[in-house]
Amino acid sequence: MAERLSNREGIKGMANPTRYGMLRVAYWLQRLSGLGLLAYLIGHIYETSTILNGKAAWDNMLSLTETPGGHIVLVIVIGMCVFHTGNGIRVMISEGGKGIGRPGQPEYPYKAVSLSSKQRLCIWVSIALAALAMMYGAGVLFGN
Amino acid sequence: MRESIIMKIHYGTALGAVALVAVHILMRLSQNFSDSLSYKNVLVNYHLLPYALMLEVILVLLSVHGFNGLRVILLELKQGRSYERAINYGSIAAMAVLIAYGSRTILMAGMGVS
Amino acid sequence: MATVEVPKEEKDAHAASAPQQSEPKTITLRIARINPSEQHEPKFEEFKIPVQKWTTVLEAILFVKQNLDHSVAVRYSCRQASCGSCGMKINGKPRLACYTKISELDSPVITVEPMNNFPIIRDLAVDFKQMFATHKRMKPFVINEESEVKPGTKEFVQKPEDLEKFLQFSYCIKCGLCNSACPTMSTDKSFIGPQGLAQAYRYTADNRDKGKNERLKIVDESHGIWRCHFAGSCSYVCPKGVDPAMAIQLLRGYLLGFGK
Ligand code: SF4
Ligand code: FES
Repeated sequence: MAERLSNREGIKGMANPTRYGMLRVAYWLQRLSGLGLLAYLIGHIYETSTILNGKAAWDNMLSLTETPGGHIVLVIVIGMCVFHTGNGIRVMISEGGKGIGRPGQPEYPYKAVSLSSKQRLCIWVSIALAALAMMYGAGVLFGN
Repeated sequence: MRESIIMKIHYGTALGAVALVAVHILMRLSQNFSDSLSYKNVLVNYHLLPYALMLEVILVLLSVHGFNGLRVILLELKQGRSYERAINYGSIAAMAVLIAYGSRTILMAGMGVS
Repeated sequence: MATVEVPKEEKDAHAASAPQQSEPKTITLRIARINPSEQHEPKFEEFKIPVQKWTTVLEAILFVKQNLDHSVAVRYSCRQASCGSCGMKINGKPRLACYTKISELDSPVITVEPMNNFPIIRDLAVDFKQMFATHKRMKPFVINEESEVKPGTKEFVQKPEDLEKFLQFSYCIKCGLCNSACPTMSTDKSFIGPQGLAQAYRYTADNRDKGKNERLKIVDESHGIWRCHFAGSCSYVCPKGVDPAMAIQLLRGYLLGFGK
């Protein structure tokens, strides 16, 4: 109740990517892809552990994951991985204070320099690379 | 540990993982994808010491990076001394468990136990 | 939901006082009404307001106070984006009421609510206690043993380039819009927030200041600067071009060893 009176937006506000421009969208995608990749990592470590139970167990695992559904999951993981990497590198460089412009005299209408087109371009490039990698991955996985 | 040190580890593990995961994926593409996953071929991978070592390093880097990322999200969601302590220690424990479980596969498969 | 019509003579009086101006349009102003000691959720009241193309949201609210319902609680002072009092959520985004023209919102319905991430005092007025306390914690003053006021000491010399390093960050009016838009702020009640972090940088980047290490230590804690993920929402809403996101990344540059 104390928190309700403090009028914090809560998870709904944090997870709403629609209101504050492209960088907020990138923040949201970075979180979602990070959580997705962690889930995949755990699953992947589990699935590969079946190799210790012999060929039958391994083949059984493959029969479950080497399916159209499993391939779709993999294609999504490829996309998340590439976006998380590309965008992560942009964020890392920016968080070091590089590539965010230089302080100056703000002028009307006071557009923030740090939200420059360069930053937005990097985000779009990360999305495009993710899309390309997904297409390539789908080609390899479904081409087999 | 100071938060800046933790976050430097977060960045470092990310950069390391990017390079090594790229190699890991290329290994799958070095031959026909589904052939690369055949029981025999995967075992050959595990028996190759440099590759097994690389898998181990990837395992450590990604577990640390992944669970620290989750820790950050959870710390931001809710606050309080005991909650935060549980999250901090819980994520270290989760890292340790995942690393131990993955290492078991790498070690045993590498030594030909399977 | 109460709907109050503008009295007929009001409309006429308005038109008569400005014969050369274009006909006022009428918009619906929805005001969130809440008294936290009595209720948990706001109730919205609707008012029909005549507006010109230069009418600001604050003027519309004051029109309601003067003519329709004087009990609406709103905080304002300068009416020119200088005092930082009138921040509120206008059509879903934090903005200054005195700096936002109705015409720029391009909507026949304007909804005003108290800003998120601040405790509500009443209706549109929110409590800045925590933000001001955090601001103070950042040591928002030049830390230097050689004070300018001692007799016999010289004033500090500062070149225009030195000034440029922090000038834009010193334009912060403490309106809290950035803290209201920040995604971390929406769930993390211990986070310093973009306002405080930007001010920590403003003084750290000042070449008269010697408090860099002190401030870096304050911001380098678990709910400090690392809880910023450069979502940029603070800079997106800042009405003064302070660009707190830039300040935060530059400050973090010091901690990562990139800043000089
Ligand atoms: S940084 Fe901008 S938005 Fe934040 S308090 Fe200062 S003036 Fe307001
Ligand atoms: S009334 Fe002063 S900033 Fe709006």
